[in-house]
Amino acid sequence: MTGLTLGIDAPTLAVIIGMALATYACRAGGYWLFRQIRPTPFMRTLLGYVPGTLFAAYVVPALVRGGLQQWVGAAAAVAAMLAMRSLSAAIFAGTAAAWAVWQFG
Amino acid sequence: MGETAVFTGAGVLRGARASGPIVIATIPFGLVAGIAAQGQGLSLTDAVLMSVIVFAGSAQLLVLAAWTHPAPILAASFAAFVVNLRLALMGPVLAPWLDRLRGWRLWGSLFFLTDQNWALSVTDMRSGGRDAAFLMGSGLTLWVVWVSGTALGHLVGATLHPSPGHPLFFAALAVFVAMLVGMWRGYGDAMPWMVAALVAVGVAWLLPGTSWHIIAGALAGSLAGALRDRYRDGPDVAVDQSIPGDRA
Repeated sequence: MTGLTLGIDAPTLAVIIGMALATYACRAGGYWLFRQIRPTPFMRTLLGYVPGTLFAAYVVPALVRGGLQQWVGAAAAVAAMLAMRSLSAAIFAGTAAAWAVWQFG
Repeated sequence: MGETAVFTGAGVLRGARASGPIVIATIPFGLVAGIAAQGQGLSLTDAVLMSVIVFAGSAQLLVLAAWTHPAPILAASFAAFVVNLRLALMGPVLAPWLDRLRGWRLWGSLFFLTDQNWALSVTDMRSGGRDAAFLMGSGLTLWVVWVSGTALGHLVGATLHPSPGHPLFFAALAVFVAMLVGMWRGYGDAMPWMVAALVAVGVAWLLPGTSWHIIAGALAGSLAGALRDRYRDGPDVAVDQSIPGDRA
């Protein structure tokens, strides 16, 4: 493939700018819309559920798609998080367990 | 304790320190984004610029995997929008912090909103943190690592090719799993989480390669939880105290 190139390709630049605008529209747009309204107590309760459900919706399909490596790694991450309440310990334990399955499984 | 959230340099630093573990898990993905960009013939400048101003891992990897010549302007922008729409759901959750900010502090903080530092921020906010600069501090740290990883990946791209099944990539999923554990507020969360998981699995099967399953799952689960709390005597998960009712 190409070696070390430093130039800026005009169509590529247009893609990058388009992606950046679309992404920022998502990042800022959701909150901007929310700022225009006066949220009801129901809406605030609903928002309280968003973090957990959003991450559940992120993790579970990825595990369903994955294999033994992902399941063992996820179980190790959950166990380490429950035991130590430390994000770094959980990431380390999960990745190490997934690595072990990959190496010896 | 006062009512207002604040935005201080100390908050930026605290956010930066808190993001240590997720930074380590971000490195392999920055490398992969650089390798993918190099593989599609993007120059080092273009690859780095993409990470600098887009700063969205899954969208960048998706677009780079389906790169065409000439560069796919509309398709790439649309893909970035669809994959990142979940971020629109995250901003409002941080309203207790963001409502107090204006100008560059508000719109700049939102630029640095990612899955990982949003989760860290929600956790900090729920445990009483009032310094909104935490979001920018943690996001800025991730951004520096993401951009450096992309540059490094582009430079070594020709020689290093970790296979997609390599367990290094599991680190990103491990982050999300561990964060999910930290988000558990009590048994009242069980039903909404199950609804979210089931809906997400179904939608992911119907619409692969997008983030609609995340949005659909989160909305369905949250709606189920909020409706359950409304139509019974007392909610067993208290209304989130970290979301105050005193919006102006």
